[in-house]
Amino acid sequence: MSQQTTETTSPTTRYDADERGYFGGTWGGRFMPEALVAALDELTLAWHDAMADPAFVADFERVLRDYAGTPSRLYHAERLSETVGARVLLKREDLNHTGAHKIRNVLGQALLTKRMGKTRVIAETGAGQHGVASATAAAWFDLDCTVYMGAVDTRRQALNVARMQLLGAKVVPVESGSATLKDAINEALRDWVASVDHTAYLFGTAAGPHPFPSMVRDFCRGIGDEARAQCLEQYGVLPDAVAACVGGGSNAIGLFTAFLEDEGVEIHGFEPGGDGVETGRHAATIHAGEAGVLHGARTFVLQDEDGQTVESHSISAGLDYPGVGPQHSWLAADGRATYTPVTDTQAMEAMALLSRTEGIIPAIESAHAIHGALEVAKRLGREKGPDATIIVNLSGRGDKDMGTAIEWFGLGDAEEGPEADLEQAAKEATQ
Amino acid sequence: MTASSTATAFATARAEGRSALIGYLPAGYPSVEGSINAMRAMVEAGCDAIEIGLPYSDPVMDGPTIQAAAQQALDAGVRTSDVLDVVAAVAETGVPTLVMTYWNPIERYGVERWAGDLAKAGGAGLITPDITPDHGSAWVEAADAHDLDKVFLVAPSSTDERIALTAEASRGFVYAAAVMGVTGARDATSDLAGPLVRRVRATGDIPVAVGIGVSNGDQAAEVAAFADGVIVGSAFVRCLLDHAGDEAAGLDALRALTTDLAEGVRRGQN
Repeated sequence: MSQQTTETTSPTTRYDADERGYFGGTWGGRFMPEALVAALDELTLAWHDAMADPAFVADFERVLRDYAGTPSRLYHAERLSETVGARVLLKREDLNHTGAHKIRNVLGQALLTKRMGKTRVIAETGAGQHGVASATAAAWFDLDCTVYMGAVDTRRQALNVARMQLLGAKVVPVESGSATLKDAINEALRDWVASVDHTAYLFGTAAGPHPFPSMVRDFCRGIGDEARAQCLEQYGVLPDAVAACVGGGSNAIGLFTAFLEDEGVEIHGFEPGGDGVETGRHAATIHAGEAGVLHGARTFVLQDEDGQTVESHSISAGLDYPGVGPQHSWLAADGRATYTPVTDTQAMEAMALLSRTEGIIPAIESAHAIHGALEVAKRLGREKGPDATIIVNLSGRGDKDMGTAIEWFGLGDAEEGPEADLEQAAKEATQ
Repeated sequence: MTASSTATAFATARAEGRSALIGYLPAGYPSVEGSINAMRAMVEAGCDAIEIGLPYSDPVMDGPTIQAAAQQALDAGVRTSDVLDVVAAVAETGVPTLVMTYWNPIERYGVERWAGDLAKAGGAGLITPDITPDHGSAWVEAADAHDLDKVFLVAPSSTDERIALTAEASRGFVYAAAVMGVTGARDATSDLAGPLVRRVRATGDIPVAVGIGVSNGDQAAEVAAFADGVIVGSAFVRCLLDHAGDEAAGLDALRALTTDLAEGVRRGQN
């Protein structure tokens, strides 16, 4: 891993950013107040220096292994595979400490924070996964931690708010704008402008100004590096396709990076289609957005004709973001990856299906990927037979989403359980 | 329409041995017409230049006061085209009129189209808080083509190299962000502003205006002692927010504050 990681700190392939942070010469960059430029330059240098330092890389690998529990398993979902006629492999990031891939990113950034001599971290969070991961890393590394969270999200993810507080973090509800993830990012950036001398911003996804898209990708790329090696070891071949959900896109880029130069491997990202793209209530940024600048990077943005950011919608707070990481924009524009919307209903059906067939309750984010991957798997099965293989990143577990599931499926009443509804949802997910 | 020159306004102030006073308000708050009336009142009471905010949904550099007014303008339906109407109306007063805007609305409007329309409206130029010269080549080219001012920001955290880069790329003046933080009135002026202004001046003779935190005549006088210009935003916006629904009272408050600040920049002659 160390060699691969170090290589990605400079643009060695057409898929990497140039030194100014642009992917494909267009996407990304750094559209930020001058006040933060010095901090971003400092971070860029520190990140390059750290990734070139075998001691740092070894520390990162050790922390991931001993504390986070990686490598995560690559699991053959046999019953799910039977339903689609192709081999479906789940990259079990849900088994990581704190229950999601996010721990990889924050442990990397927190380790870097210690190396830079800073004493405080801030983070933004949507669903709370990144906030919990940041609070966890801060506790483990003995750093002060403040997490900004949209006020709307604090209500729909109250359990994660409590988790963060128990871990010692201060959670600040953000009331401005739409009071969701994008506004939490704005507020965190404002904090950072005023505290940058002693504070690191643990950015939660592979978006934002350079170097965050590349740095977060590198801290997450173990997902794909592991999956690629595991697939070769367990099945002797590369997969025919890989799939992941895309909000900001950290878990997806973490998986995709290892396969970008494997031309025979299809790459699929699944965006939150909300109530349906045609309704306007969605967060399918690449599918339905336009090129623009948001949170420091040029990328696809949901915006109106005046360039004002449009409020996004997804049943998954973790995907409810009107922007996307700029490398995904480049992969979409370049045609290397395909991005497709998945509706709330389709995702919830997939959540029920995975729960019923494999005994695994996925995060609703990951359920988007499950639905989309099953559609791809059906096609691959028809084209190539039952040995056709797709790797799906199961980016997180669904404990945090039980409140949403209870409401959606009408769960929780032992006498009047929604058996028929769940069976129907699971059935529809395979049709 | 011919744009009033920001450089001329600074030269005039300098000839009078004082700093220029630059007042900020967002376009469209409390209404498009109301914002025009407010800015004209500020000109009549002594502002040497006007900075018109283009309301934006994700204003990273703005504090709660300016964000609140801008959000109300957006909620009321203000459009980018309305901002140009405000520019045209304020520019008629003869003072240089600049637009302060985050980048995405300009990119969406079309950079070249924006530059052309801004020039036609009589605008003097643009203040861009979220693009730096090294990531703003599209704007630099369009501004140069239309003879518009390019006002970039420097901050206390800027390296000498970046200050030189910014001063070189700027036209009109350099905006020195006096504190490491977002916009908003503060009780005391920053002790970071003076050294920052000196560092910019060491690169050449482009005027340097200090913004963020100034809210009264005494603070303006302090800043005027070492800067070519004093930029006031949140305190002006507060005048309107505090008199929501009573335009006459809001305008009275704006005139009183402008007069206080204009006297301040004259007391603090440098």
